[in-house]
Amino acid sequence: MASKLQTPLTVAAYKSDVHNDWCPGCGDFGILQAIQQSFAELALPPWESMVFAGIGCSGKVFNYMASHGVHTLHGRVLPFAVGAKLANPNLEVIAVGGDGDGYGIGAGHFVHAGRRNVDMAYIVMTNEVYGLTKGQASPTLGRGQQTKSLPLPNTNDAIQPLALALSAGYTWIGRSYAFDGKHLKEMIKKAIQHKGMALLDVLQPCPTFNDLHTTEWFNKKVKGEGENVMVPRIFNVNDQGYDGAVKDPTNADEVNEKKSKAFEMANYVGERNPVGVFYEINLPTYVERMQAQVPMLKQYAPALMPYQDASHLPTTDLSKVYDEYLF
Amino acid sequence: MKVVNNFSWMIGGPQGTGIESSANLFAQACASAGLWVFGKREYHSNIKGKHSYFQVRVFDKPINSHVDDVHLLATFEDSTARLHAHEVVKGGALIYDPTKIMLDDLNLKSGVITLPIDFNTVLRHVAEVTGEDYGKLAIMKNVIAVAASMALLRMDISEMEETLNRLFTGKKARLIPTNMAAVKKAYEAVEALPQEIHNQFLYHLTPNKKMAKRLLINGASATAMGKLKAGCRYQTYYPISPATDESNFLESHPESGIAVVQCEDEIAAIDMALGAATTGVRASTATSGPGFALMQEGMGWGGMNEVPIVVFNYQRGGPSTGLPTRHEQGDLMFSAFGGHGEYPKLVMAPADIDDHFHVAFESFNYADKFQTPVMILNDKLLTHSLQTIPPFQESGLVIDRGRLATPEELEAAITEGKGFPRFRPDAKTVMSPRPYPGQEGSPYWMTGDEHDDYGHITENPEIRIKMHEKRLSKYKLMLEQIPQDKQFTLKGEKDADVTLVCWGSTSGLLLDAVEPLKEKGIKVNILNYRLLHPLPIATEKILKSAKKLILVESNWGTQLGHLIRMTTGVFIPNQVVKYTGRPMSLNEIVDAVEKLMKKEVKPEVDPLTGMTIEKVVLTYGL
Repeated sequence: MASKLQTPLTVAAYKSDVHNDWCPGCGDFGILQAIQQSFAELALPPWESMVFAGIGCSGKVFNYMASHGVHTLHGRVLPFAVGAKLANPNLEVIAVGGDGDGYGIGAGHFVHAGRRNVDMAYIVMTNEVYGLTKGQASPTLGRGQQTKSLPLPNTNDAIQPLALALSAGYTWIGRSYAFDGKHLKEMIKKAIQHKGMALLDVLQPCPTFNDLHTTEWFNKKVKGEGENVMVPRIFNVNDQGYDGAVKDPTNADEVNEKKSKAFEMANYVGERNPVGVFYEINLPTYVERMQAQVPMLKQYAPALMPYQDASHLPTTDLSKVYDEYLF
Repeated sequence: MKVVNNFSWMIGGPQGTGIESSANLFAQACASAGLWVFGKREYHSNIKGKHSYFQVRVFDKPINSHVDDVHLLATFEDSTARLHAHEVVKGGALIYDPTKIMLDDLNLKSGVITLPIDFNTVLRHVAEVTGEDYGKLAIMKNVIAVAASMALLRMDISEMEETLNRLFTGKKARLIPTNMAAVKKAYEAVEALPQEIHNQFLYHLTPNKKMAKRLLINGASATAMGKLKAGCRYQTYYPISPATDESNFLESHPESGIAVVQCEDEIAAIDMALGAATTGVRASTATSGPGFALMQEGMGWGGMNEVPIVVFNYQRGGPSTGLPTRHEQGDLMFSAFGGHGEYPKLVMAPADIDDHFHVAFESFNYADKFQTPVMILNDKLLTHSLQTIPPFQESGLVIDRGRLATPEELEAAITEGKGFPRFRPDAKTVMSPRPYPGQEGSPYWMTGDEHDDYGHITENPEIRIKMHEKRLSKYKLMLEQIPQDKQFTLKGEKDADVTLVCWGSTSGLLLDAVEPLKEKGIKVNILNYRLLHPLPIATEKILKSAKKLILVESNWGTQLGHLIRMTTGVFIPNQVVKYTGRPMSLNEIVDAVEKLMKKEVKPEVDPLTGMTIEKVVLTYGL
């Protein structure tokens, strides 16, 4: 975790002077702004913060932030970000990418990041299409759906990322919506502050290529329970008494119960879109696990470990290692 | 005529029956007796059952190679005797189990001494004197084979005892009495043989107790030690033969502080190492051909973002899964030209096991100095070969982190408020200053896209030219700034009749060939390329002034030959290659060079160049 600035910076201090070239009305704007606001409210020093991004429209987030910004490779944002966080846990590291990037080409890394429980937040911008290559189906688009660039309806079933994250071992799982700025910002802050691997899936419209799930579609009221009751499509599960946080991680019954409920919520079937914190548990992070095995890591992060003296002579003493091989 | 301290031993058996441990025992006993050894391991991609064998050559001077002749073949089951008996020379011996095999079934040369040992009877005796369960003693057959070998070689039983005491410590110490009981019984059996048999066996080992301490080590461990010395504290890997031993070694030394992360695949391994390297830690990954193929995109990213990273490729037989546990030098062209687009990469190969340590150490300095990925081409032969070498020369090792951001530059970035100009070329050094995240004023951007001084994406053609040229100008700097003796070596006879040209593990083999070739009236020297890409242009003079050149490589296509021709224009038509997955032996290379010098090789047309070549293809070995 990065240190906290004594004098917080304004949101503007987290904005780079790079011209933003997303399409007008893109959900990415809402997400970028919420990240910048979260960083400001958490008083993160930009020089101790690294924003890793995948490839695609979402990947450009890296360049609009005034922290360290790292534009990685398609699908590989997690390994890059995990590498940096493990090498220097004093840094605030977040990963950002699209649903094609993270749940498609990067699906393998997505699963294994859960197993490691590295202390970082992963924000996925889910818009059901590959925007930057002009609108092909992403892994979250449902079977039979046909967005405007598709020559034929989608033949694949959609994956359910929150359920997948649950199976993979993510210790904080949540969802928000790109244009609910207040909720999104709070969720990003929670994901960052959670000690462990957090997945925040953010629903967002792609105004250019997703003509099925547009801003209007998200804003439209849908039929609720009872006669002629219309309710907002997006609803916050935490407002309705749902609490996915495990209080005692050693209590297997509680863990199972919370996981089952979160799984059910993640696979919610209906016209509405649940958002909020689906699951949360406190488990040892990867750094803590490494520290238990390699005691020197408690004292130094790998990036800060001494290995040379003032005249640049190596200080690593191999004599004990040699003993085994000397004859 | 007695032959002292010039000996080749082989033990073999199904995998999982302790062949490697027994070879270690034998090699350690020889090493602690002050002798020089080179041990070569051959095994299948299999856990239990398939044939594996280990050859240990012992000499009174340092050696880097094996010979095909076997002076003593130690077997305890039938398959090894069947497969290797014909390799035992006249005056040599075969240890075999008469209850498992009939001598008539073996293709033995005349004059080979045969030593029957009923292994089960020995084991029953061991069970009796130690009270151990006979049914659990089968794994000790290989110890009996080693002890019988040692007895025949007239090594004192105390050498065995000393080695066992050293091998079995802690919880394993309880195994010593049982092992010693087996050793004693084996010694008794051999000593009881008629004196006439002892006289017939020509090979003796005589300890040299005055010998200074040396390392008995393989290339994987030597590499790992070089990494630790260099300050590498972040290693990623995905399990793959034969690279995994290096990561295992590092993970077995938590006291060094190194973080070793087993990844979900080699893509994650390279990308995680790159992510780590951006924070300033010296980071690395180790893999073999298939994994190296998966890493190409990541390495290109490292080249584009000028990230220092070192990738160790433990070459094995390819293509595809190929020969997963066998030797080849087949990835040179791939390393030099892999990846899409153009970025500077530095490719090096260690010349021998000692050099594994030094190449590993230097590689991190080069990665930092030139701010680009460095690839090290190890190969299976030396990865798993055991060799006695003097302790690594550590004096003179200096760490060089290259061009780092100065406090003034960080201060200027804060004042300017546009981010750190990480990629702005420095007029003097070309290399740009590198800040570490965490330093105030450090923020900059990294991207696989073309970018400007700060790391912002751009498609501006002028900036593209500036950045592309800056990155690729590192090739020139590498050749200028890496000391020439680290780029290539010329060793061997002065005024040589022929210059043998090589890279990687064949270098040590060719050094061993200098003497035997001299005895045949051929004076050779050896040009070994340590730096392979960019290829040292300075070698052109050596190549053009040599009386004759012979290229020696463990691949089909003479990949180094093509790089040499590309760089210097020199085409080498005389070639010795091997691509069976087995390394060249000393006698093979001596014979091949002799043939080429005597013009006994039929010329043919090389399909890749259309040039007439004289090519010897070596094939020996199981």
